[in-house]
Amino acid sequence: MAEFSTSVVNKGDVSIIYLKGYLDAHTAPALEDNFMKLIDENKFKIIANFSELEYISSAGLGVFMAYIEKIRDNKGDIKLTNMSEKVFNIFDLLGFPLLYEIFKTEEEALEKFNESKSVGNE
Amino acid sequence: METNNKYKSELQVKSKTENLSLIRDFVSSKAEAAKFSREEIENIMLAVDEACTNIIKHAYKSNPDGKINIKIEYNSDKFVITIEDYGRSFDPEKVPVPDLPRYHCEKKVGGLGIYLMKTLMDDVKYISVPGKYNRVILSKNFSVSQN
Repeated sequence: MAEFSTSVVNKGDVSIIYLKGYLDAHTAPALEDNFMKLIDENKFKIIANFSELEYISSAGLGVFMAYIEKIRDNKGDIKLTNMSEKVFNIFDLLGFPLLYEIFKTEEEALEKFNESKSVGNE
Repeated sequence: METNNKYKSELQVKSKTENLSLIRDFVSSKAEAAKFSREEIENIMLAVDEACTNIIKHAYKSNPDGKINIKIEYNSDKFVITIEDYGRSFDPEKVPVPDLPRYHCEKKVGGLGIYLMKTLMDDVKYISVPGKYNRVILSKNFSVSQN
């Protein structure tokens, strides 16, 4: 059976979800649980780090679509980082780069969250 | 495909999402044997995953006892995957081609699978005989360099 796992690390007020393995219709509920838990805890600044994700199908992409509105309504965002070319191509085919910020590294995404925080404080 | 078949193989599984990885492994090993590139193998695998996910969710409404038959045949021209189920039939023509930006605004998730299948494969055909079977036929042509 294909393996999928996640782990969540908090850096300041940003939560980073590390995705590992195969994200399909069978494993998508595990990622949904992560988002639901973060939303419950009022954590709306989220980075999804794809560095160890081997595979994604539309069921996996659907998870990001399901929660983005609620998260943005609460002044948060889901930023995507460290995608392999293969995984990026699937996101690209479905028009995701228009709607999600995709960064090469986690640090760039963290910086972007921190920038918008300092703008907000001015 | 009736003549000049070099290869034929079949897999039958129950309509459970946990079988998706088994299905992908089956398709991937046959596509590899047919000497597709790694990228093409990934594309074929994803298209079959999308087709089977739709069958599990829509034809069988997530009932895990349905049957899914996957048949792979190839000759020197093309690689053909025929996927059959015995659940509710549906008309793929009624699933609109997604207008992607609007799609995201409306938070629709369904329909992306069919769009991916059509984008990743050279041909996608549906044949549905209500009460008997639904069949989706996914084809990938071999590029000249592979022959």
